[in-house]
Amino acid sequence: MTVTDSRQPAAGPDAEVAAIAVTGLVYAFGQTRAVDGIDLTVPAGEVFGLLGPNGAGKTTAIRAMTTLLKVPPGMIRVFGRDVARDRMGVRRLLGYVPQQLSADSGLTGRENVALFARVFDIPRRERAERVAEALEIVGLADVADRMAGTYSGGMVRRLELAQALVTAPRLLILDEPTIGLDPIARTSVWERIDDVRAATGMTVLVTTHYMDEADQYCDQLALMHKGLIRATGTPESLKRDLAAAWHDAGRDAEPTLEDVFRHFADSELLGDQEGGTFRDVRRSRHTASRVG
Amino acid sequence: MSAVPVTPHPVSADAAPAAPAAPRLLYKPAEVRTGWRVLPTRMAAMCAVEIQKLRHDRTELYTRAIQPALWLLIFGETFTRLRAIPTGGLPYLDYLAPGIIAQSAMFIAIFYGIQIIWERDSGVLTKLLVTPTPRAALVAGKAFAAGVKSVIQAVVVVIIAALLGVALTWNPLKLLGVALAVVLASAFFSCLSICIAGIVLTRDRLMGIGQAITMPLFFGSNALYPVSLMPAWLRVISKGNPLSYEVDALRGLLIGTPSHLPLDFGVLALAALAGIAGASALLGRLAK
Repeated sequence: MTVTDSRQPAAGPDAEVAAIAVTGLVYAFGQTRAVDGIDLTVPAGEVFGLLGPNGAGKTTAIRAMTTLLKVPPGMIRVFGRDVARDRMGVRRLLGYVPQQLSADSGLTGRENVALFARVFDIPRRERAERVAEALEIVGLADVADRMAGTYSGGMVRRLELAQALVTAPRLLILDEPTIGLDPIARTSVWERIDDVRAATGMTVLVTTHYMDEADQYCDQLALMHKGLIRATGTPESLKRDLAAAWHDAGRDAEPTLEDVFRHFADSELLGDQEGGTFRDVRRSRHTASRVG
Repeated sequence: MSAVPVTPHPVSADAAPAAPAAPRLLYKPAEVRTGWRVLPTRMAAMCAVEIQKLRHDRTELYTRAIQPALWLLIFGETFTRLRAIPTGGLPYLDYLAPGIIAQSAMFIAIFYGIQIIWERDSGVLTKLLVTPTPRAALVAGKAFAAGVKSVIQAVVVVIIAALLGVALTWNPLKLLGVALAVVLASAFFSCLSICIAGIVLTRDRLMGIGQAITMPLFFGSNALYPVSLMPAWLRVISKGNPLSYEVDALRGLLIGTPSHLPLDFGVLALAALAGIAGASALLGRLAK
């Protein structure tokens, strides 16, 4: 599968401005540097996957991008707006679905979505209809008036998607949106995202642990480990590079994206402080087989 | 804006034959509203949520009515017979009723921080913090939502008091004043609670501190007895206790005792503002 042009949005005013531009982002919790100087560009209109093992710093990076963590000016721009200088402006462009399943269980699905329509200043005359449309598009129209506390995990996640989409965000940020969901729920979440993106040209930044999802749905990937970006590229180019490295090492096999992930994440297990290079491939494969 | 239609993604187009009808509004960017309207709209949104929740689950409303009812029925009726407290000729029950309204409203507000911690733990707060809502507006919204809850509680206590034969005013303007005093005081106490939540960060610690401060606030006020009965040191504490000003205002408005309404409302408004400022500053700690 190659990244086809049909995935790219038509060139608009946003075409030149990156959806997210990160320069030298550093964030430390006390002595621990969760993000240790990353540069990242998420082109407008793409589905961009941020991959990495647990504790890689993905969530911290995302929380900085969503204005939840304070960073100095100049580090992160969202559609050209500095998150440190124009928090409100940035937030107006964002739809955010955090890692944790979170809906107010004391409200109905519809009320949960309506709250977000209200706090994003959707005018009253449009509100009810927008909320209904958002619930429709995530497939919750039939259960919209049930309490969110009665929803299954997959339904809560779709409800959160509706909360994020009701404001027509230009940038949708999803932190492990499909974690803990069954395969059907996972597919369903991704299909909803894809539908909206196809219709609006919305940019999507997503973190995930599921390599099959990253491979299938992301236009571009960045692999993060220990607070640093170790590799970026399309799923194809990442696999191609590893295949070439394998070939050089005398191994003829088609690497999957999971191999790429293991390559960058596992190389650290051997105490390789330099981070992954494709030369470590054989050593990391050994580790991978030992680890299981 | 980026509402440029593009060719649909082939995968989803094929795999979802029963796609819902194309939304009319959802794909249009929302209008942007800024300036002074942000604060009132956020406050309205938070209050709406609080009312919706109460509508779905009225248990809290009923269970919370038990304690003030017992205060009035047992404590009030008994002390009315004792005639131990100088109330300036009022039946003690009449004297007590505004104090119990203030107390029960405070009890709701002082534990409001628990809800904030719950919202933090459940991720709801995080999502709200990423909306175009300044923290002060979010806190003010929450504070007034707590006020709405307290006003509903106050209505219940007023009805109980009226049933017990307390001679209350039914002047709508005065009742509006009562609602305002309750909202302002609840805003202060809920912000105090959010401040504590922002400092201690866990539900258990907040519960402990909340329980530790509610009784001193209650007994260190004029809710049960006139300030003039207190020892000198307690009188000083009572002067700095917003609950005393709330009770003074409620008593003046509901029963018609001599009170200092401009001072009372002034102190309550200032306390609410200070509470909102403090809680907004500390809210960020809950977001980390």
